[in-house]
Formats: sequence, structure tokens, C-alpha cells
Amino acid sequence: MAAFKKILIANRGEIALRVLRACQAMEIRTVAVHSTVDRNLKHVGMADESVCIGPAPAGQSYLNVPAIIAAMEVTDAEAVHPGYGFLAENADFAERVEQSGFTFIGPRAETIRLMGDKVSAINAMRQAGVPCVPGSNGPLDGDSKRSARLAAEIGFPVLIKAAAGGGGRGMRVVEDPDDLIKSIALTRQEAASGFGDDTVYMEKFLTNPRHIEIQVLADAHGNAVHLGERDCSMQRRHQKVIEEAPAPGITPEQREHIGTICTDACRRIGYQGAGTFEFLFEDGQFYFIEMNTRIQVEHPVTECITGLDLIRAQILAAAGQPLPFDQADVIINGHAIECRINAEDPEKFIPQPGQVDSFHAPGGPGIRVDSHIYDGYTIPSNYDSMIGKLIAHGETREAALARMRVALDEMVLGGVVNNVALHQRLLRDSGFIEGGTNIHYLEKLLKL
Amino acid sequence: MDLRKIKKLIELLEESELAEIEIHEGEESVRLIRSHPQPAPSQMVQLPAAAPGPSGAPAGASSESSESSRSSEEEGAPGLPDGDIVRSPMVGTFYSAPNPDSPAFVKEGGTVSVGDTLCLIEAMKMFNQIESELAGKVLRVLVEDGQPVEFDEPLFVIQRD
Repeated sequence: MAAFKKILIANRGEIALRVLRACQAMEIRTVAVHSTVDRNLKHVGMADESVCIGPAPAGQSYLNVPAIIAAMEVTDAEAVHPGYGFLAENADFAERVEQSGFTFIGPRAETIRLMGDKVSAINAMRQAGVPCVPGSNGPLDGDSKRSARLAAEIGFPVLIKAAAGGGGRGMRVVEDPDDLIKSIALTRQEAASGFGDDTVYMEKFLTNPRHIEIQVLADAHGNAVHLGERDCSMQRRHQKVIEEAPAPGITPEQREHIGTICTDACRRIGYQGAGTFEFLFEDGQFYFIEMNTRIQVEHPVTECITGLDLIRAQILAAAGQPLPFDQADVIINGHAIECRINAEDPEKFIPQPGQVDSFHAPGGPGIRVDSHIYDGYTIPSNYDSMIGKLIAHGETREAALARMRVALDEMVLGGVVNNVALHQRLLRDSGFIEGGTNIHYLEKLLKL
Repeated sequence: MDLRKIKKLIELLEESELAEIEIHEGEESVRLIRSHPQPAPSQMVQLPAAAPGPSGAPAGASSESSESSRSSEEEGAPGLPDGDIVRSPMVGTFYSAPNPDSPAFVKEGGTVSVGDTLCLIEAMKMFNQIESELAGKVLRVLVEDGQPVEFDEPLFVIQRD
């Protein structure tokens, strides 16, 4: 049974190709929208139809809501998949899509809005029984005495965070009580100019947490399942570099416990579609920090260990069908690692666009490459530097690591400066090999 | 005439059984036409070779066709006379005339002045007037009435005065 006749893919690069693959396998026709510099994207060439929606700058193309909706009109697309980034968590876009008579593949606009405001998200999760980081439980006001009292109760160091931020943006650590008021003011200013909203809140700063997130899927019939956790602690400046599933050291009991809390929360808030609950994990405790109401970059590691197709499930759920699997069908099998391949200077981490003059994707058992690049492809300078994801799956973590080493050595990526050598180094690092490193580990390692 | 008024008129039109509303206010006027449900092209639209449009080529072919048509525009190659190409500033449906009964805004061989309306492009039930930035002679009209157009799609070739 066809979920939709035609889906418009409102994204680019590797995720657009991923969505197109799912659609074509489901015999759903595809419309690829693209900017003027993205005509040669792999998925654009494969799509049934394509529509150029604007010039290179994302604001005039991939973030251009009227152009995307107009493209849905002229092509008679039924639904839009927003991928990740761009408009994927834009509640106004989701709303306008639905108001125009189309289906947004994702949660309802009000859910996106609820989770987009980090303060309201934490409140909602707290009410749903999800453990949260000890904090101000609400926005900070202009009362310095109140802020100081809160910080003393929480205990230094504290973190000042922008309510409209997320993904590591709009945050400041305060170690010294004397710096508190100034830090709050500075974070407010940055929040106002960065996100158009100066609301800030306070949280306990966990010194050595791991980043462990739970993947969930829900449909419109009240079904919600969790697909286990991912460990995304290998980060540099809040950008994930390597992700893996399951998280080393997490027991089936812990997984079941936190997973059930998340699925209960999903049902309680009427969540629909794919989502990720992000936690900081320290001393055996999970602390909720935020929820991402979209498919994530690192979804392949979950797909590898569960054997389930998350994009396909998103599409079916958006079409009003029940999830194609229930909790009993979710079985964790082996271990998967993902390395994000970026076209960037290996030392300064500055994006370096260029032309790919030779590309060989590694293969063999347990190797998956999610990338849109090909020989001769020119990487434009207008978008992020991630050009692909290399995923290795094995029966054990050691097996997955071994396969990843081979795959990294096998891969050829000529013509563009990239971070493959960094990954080769990390896959041989004793701390990473041991597993369970915290979110500061990679930055400390890189400073050495 | 501001957008809110026009939106109100659109609502009026939709709620009524009218096919058209035209309102004059001083020197300004607005005409709204209920769009006829276009039968969705189940066949892919055959586009003139020189114009990359919402492409309906089968998988694999469209990248080549869009590449070759891009280069043909750039070289002013076969199919396109020499002149300035007016490209679509937006995604939508192209209309060559103010309404189905009227003559087209411009014709091949005709002249245009700066500010003249060349066509309408409709999106989300709003009709946008596309105005000429050049004065000159219209050498070619590249798209057909009712055709979907994408951003940057060549619409006209104009020989600048």
C-alpha cells in the first residue's frame, strides 16, 4: 500500500539522497528541490522531478518557505520530508505546509514548538517524569539576587543556556560566583542576536558527562517505541565527530528503563514521527537536556543494530499508518560506529570546498557509506562541510572498530581536504578504544 | 493596494461562486481569477530543450539534460537568439496574460519598456507581476501559459535597445 504518491525532499546532500532512496524503494515518486549551485547533486539527478527554488544562500533557497510550498503546488507533491537542519524543526514551516493542504513528515507543529523552546521542553519532560538536569526550572529574570540564590542551590559550576538555542549554541559556563551576573547578561545578548530571543535559564554544569541519546518512533495511533541509545560523546565544539550504538557500558536494564520513560513521554505529549531524547549521563544517571524533533544525522548506527529503516517508518507514520514494528521487534544486534566525513582542514577544522577528483567508497560486510559525492562532484561553499558518513557494524564493538579501520584506510577521497586522517587516528586511540569517554575527551585529545 | 486587502479579496472569491473579482481603487486595480484545477501532468511536461524546468526526465537522464541545457543558455547556443535572458525570480505557475480572455502581456516581436509587466507567476494563490528591467524587443517567449516554472528558469529573450 503506497503511503504517498509523491514526496518533496526539502533538503540537500547526503540526507536528501537517503530520503530519496527510501522513497524509491517504497515506489513513492520524488521531487528534489535545490538551489542554483546544487543542480548536480546526486539525488537531484535521480529524482522524478526537480525544481530550482532559489540562489545559493540557504535563506533564499532551502529556508525559503514560500518557494518550497510553491514547488509542492506545481508538482502536486503530497508530503514533504524536511531531513535534518534547515526547516526540519521550524514549527511555522510545518504549520504552513499543513495549512496549504500537504503533509509535513514529522511531528505536529505544536510539538515542534514545545520542544524548540528548551525551557518549555524541560518543563514538559519534568511533568512527564523524565529526569532532568537540576536547574532553574524556568527562565531567569532580572533579579540578580534570585539568580545568585538559584546558582547557590544548584551548586557551581553552572551553565547559562539560551531557551531558543540548542545543539550546543548559546551556552556559557560559570565557575566563579563573581562572574554570574555578567555571564547571564552576556548570554542574553548573544541569545537575542543569535536566536531573536533573550530568554535564558540555568542548569547544573555536569563536569564529565557522556552524551547518550534515545531514538524513538511514534505514529498517530498512540504507538511509541524506542530503538535504544546512541553514544555521541566524541564531540568537538558541540559538533559530533563519531557516534556509536549501543553506548558502551549501558545495560539492557538501563536501556529498558530510560527507553520506557521516553516512550511514555511520547504518548503523553502526542508525539508523532521520529525523535531523539538527548541526555547527559553521569555517575549512572540520565539527565534530559533537549529533544530533537527530527531524524538525526547519526540515525544509521541505530538502523544497523536494529535492522530497521527509520526513514521508511517516518514516511509510514506520517501517512497515518501504524508503525511497521512494535517494541518486541526491536532487538539490538551487535555494535555500530559512524564517522562523519567532512571537507575541512584537518588542523583548523575550517570548511574547505573543492572538487572531488577521485572517490572510492569502502565496502564489504558491515560497511555502509551514506554520501552524495561522486567523482567530479564540486562541493559548494554555501553549506556545511559534511560530505558523507562512514558506518561500520560488527558483532561486537571490537569487530566494528576493526572494520572501521579497514574502511577508513580503504576509502579514497581525492581533491578535497578532509578529516579521514583524524578518524584514522581516533580509531587507534586507546581511550576511544576502551570506550565510555566523556564529552570533553576529544577536545582534550586534540589539544595534545 | 496592500496585501491584506488582496488576501481578503481572495477569501471572498473562494467563499463565493464567482469566477473573477476585479476591483478598482483610484488608479490601482486588482483582478483575481479562480484558478481552474490544472490536471496534474501525469505525463512529464515536454520542455523546450533550452529551458531546464521542473524536470520530468527519467532517473539518471535529468542531470544530463539540465547540464546540457545550462551550457546551451550560457553559450547562447542553438535554440536561443542572442539577447538578455529574463529568468524567473520565483517558483510558481507562469501566466502569459492577465486573464484567459485577454491578450498576452507581451508577444514575440513586440517591444517592452522598463517596468512593463511581462507575465504573472502564481504561487500559493498569489499572483505576482513580473516586470521588465529592460527596454527592448521581445525575441522569444520560452514558456507556455500555465506552465510550472522554477527559480532562474529562462522566460523571455529580450534584445536590449
